[in-house]
Amino acid sequence: MNDASAIWRDIRRETAGDSGTVVFDLSKVDAADGGVMALLVEVRSELAARGVNAELIGANERVETIVNLYSGHEGIAKRTRRKPEGAIAQIGRATVEVREEAKAILDFLGSMVLAAVTLVRHPRAGNWKEVAPLCETAGANAVPIVLLINFLVGFVMAFQSARQLKMFGANIYVADLVGISLTRELAPLMTAIIVCGRSGAGFAAELGSMKVNEEIDALRTLGLTPFGWLVVPRVAALILVVPLLTLFADFVGIVGGLLVGLIDLDLTAQGYFIETLTAVHGWDVITGLLKSLVFAVAIALIACQQGFATTGGAEGVGKRTTSTVVTSLFAVVIIDALFTVVFRAFDI
Amino acid sequence: MDTARPTPLAPHESPKPAPSPLIRVNRAMARRERANPDKPILQVKGLAIGWGDVVLQKDLTFDVQSGEVFGILGGSGAGKSTLMRFLIGLEQPLQGEIDVAGYGFPDLEAGLPPFGVMFQGGALFGSLTVGENVSLPLEEWTDLPDDAIAAIARAKLKLLGLGGAADKFPAELSGGMRKRAAIARALALEPELVFLDEPSAGLDPVMAADLDELISTLSKSLGLTVVLVTHELASIARIADRVVMLDKEAKTIIAIGDPRELRDSEDSRVRDFFHRKSKES
Repeated sequence: MNDASAIWRDIRRETAGDSGTVVFDLSKVDAADGGVMALLVEVRSELAARGVNAELIGANERVETIVNLYSGHEGIAKRTRRKPEGAIAQIGRATVEVREEAKAILDFLGSMVLAAVTLVRHPRAGNWKEVAPLCETAGANAVPIVLLINFLVGFVMAFQSARQLKMFGANIYVADLVGISLTRELAPLMTAIIVCGRSGAGFAAELGSMKVNEEIDALRTLGLTPFGWLVVPRVAALILVVPLLTLFADFVGIVGGLLVGLIDLDLTAQGYFIETLTAVHGWDVITGLLKSLVFAVAIALIACQQGFATTGGAEGVGKRTTSTVVTSLFAVVIIDALFTVVFRAFDI
Repeated sequence: MDTARPTPLAPHESPKPAPSPLIRVNRAMARRERANPDKPILQVKGLAIGWGDVVLQKDLTFDVQSGEVFGILGGSGAGKSTLMRFLIGLEQPLQGEIDVAGYGFPDLEAGLPPFGVMFQGGALFGSLTVGENVSLPLEEWTDLPDDAIAAIARAKLKLLGLGGAADKFPAELSGGMRKRAAIARALALEPELVFLDEPSAGLDPVMAADLDELISTLSKSLGLTVVLVTHELASIARIADRVVMLDKEAKTIIAIGDPRELRDSEDSRVRDFFHRKSKES
């Protein structure tokens, strides 16, 4: 095998100019391994492609067997090289794929709405037992990271604006800034992003591997619907848990702002809280929670849809998990923008 | 593209409008008894299977009688497991008719179908223990108390030689044990018909023989009808009453009948399969 690369080069050079018939005399060959034979067969097919006939002769019995095994005796296999895809073709294909994907998600959403109507009429069809454990994994276990991230977001926002506010002597307004931007915008958004990465990816991977293992088919043959059994508890769990996490995030973000107020802006804790309470209205918190509710539904549905759409083994599960995170982040940002526009338009 | 799909109706189903097909509504939708006991338990007429333009098998016509052990044979890639997916209603046929237990084409959205299924890899629910896997259909479709369900699940597992495995998770079991647990789950609700996809593949010869024995006994004592997808010659010879043989090139049935008679078939493809002859020799 080690000499093969030298022989391979020599053989191809020597046969390069030949035409008519090339005869490989194998009578002096005592033994050959599969690799060498594969290369010889390849040379033969290269020659044949140029219209040169090549024959293998004089092989002893053992070598003959190997020649036959590697189809050295029969017709030449055609080599079809896959054409690399051009940039424009790639862009086109990606565009079509995005359209297909969006269509699949909307299809799924539509059938979920239909099923949800039935669920309201017949609540027993849902797998409600599963909701509590899912709330634990998607909610309780996410509390530390949600607290940490939103604390830091509040802290960083206050810190960045502290210098500007100091210039105007408007130190106390850091409470308004942090309070309103967190409750209306940042806390729901950051929480949704964390839930996308944790629960969205988790749901997609779980359902995806169930799909790949035929567990979803097995569920159907037991007369249980994937919707009632798998989608309902996941949507329900996120609906319960995401607004609650957002509420925690609101609070802890304000505490982050307070810390900056205390160390950098000479504010008192009491003053900061009083200012927050006058600036932030109940409605600010409610709009944030309303948003987070819609985020929750979107993340759960996208994750389930992607999970069900999984094909092709472990690799497929990985792909779908990635695309779940990307798609649901995209959806969250779009929904957020829509809400902002609507709230602004109606001045609420 | 004419697929007749009569709406399956359980005997005690209320005449209310059909619910959204995505969701199961009540236990009255369990279909365990056959709708028409005079008909063969499984009827296939002019069936073509595949997806879109790809036709895997066509012109499939056969009946399975009640109480029979019926084998679906064929080489790798002939579409045996795929045919099973069509028979149990997971895929829509390209053409032809399937009638299972008199209900027509199995409508899986309409409630519990009149059969049990074991998939090739077992397809046990990974988040549940083996015992919970077997209990699940009983919990969902019967009003038995929890302790009775647990007792039935244990007994089913013991029957399949998995007495001590009830509290283990599927990931902790070997491939063969997973298959047997899946058979226990398929039998949990005492169906009249079960579909088994390669039940003895990957088992050691003794275990495979035991499993064949069990399937044979269940069929004889309970009148269980078994549709068996397999390429294990030993199994076929031991337990199958009748077989159909699919061929990849012919794309249809090349033989149907008693496996003992097919051994001496005129058709060399059938004979080669039974005598384990390679194509070259």
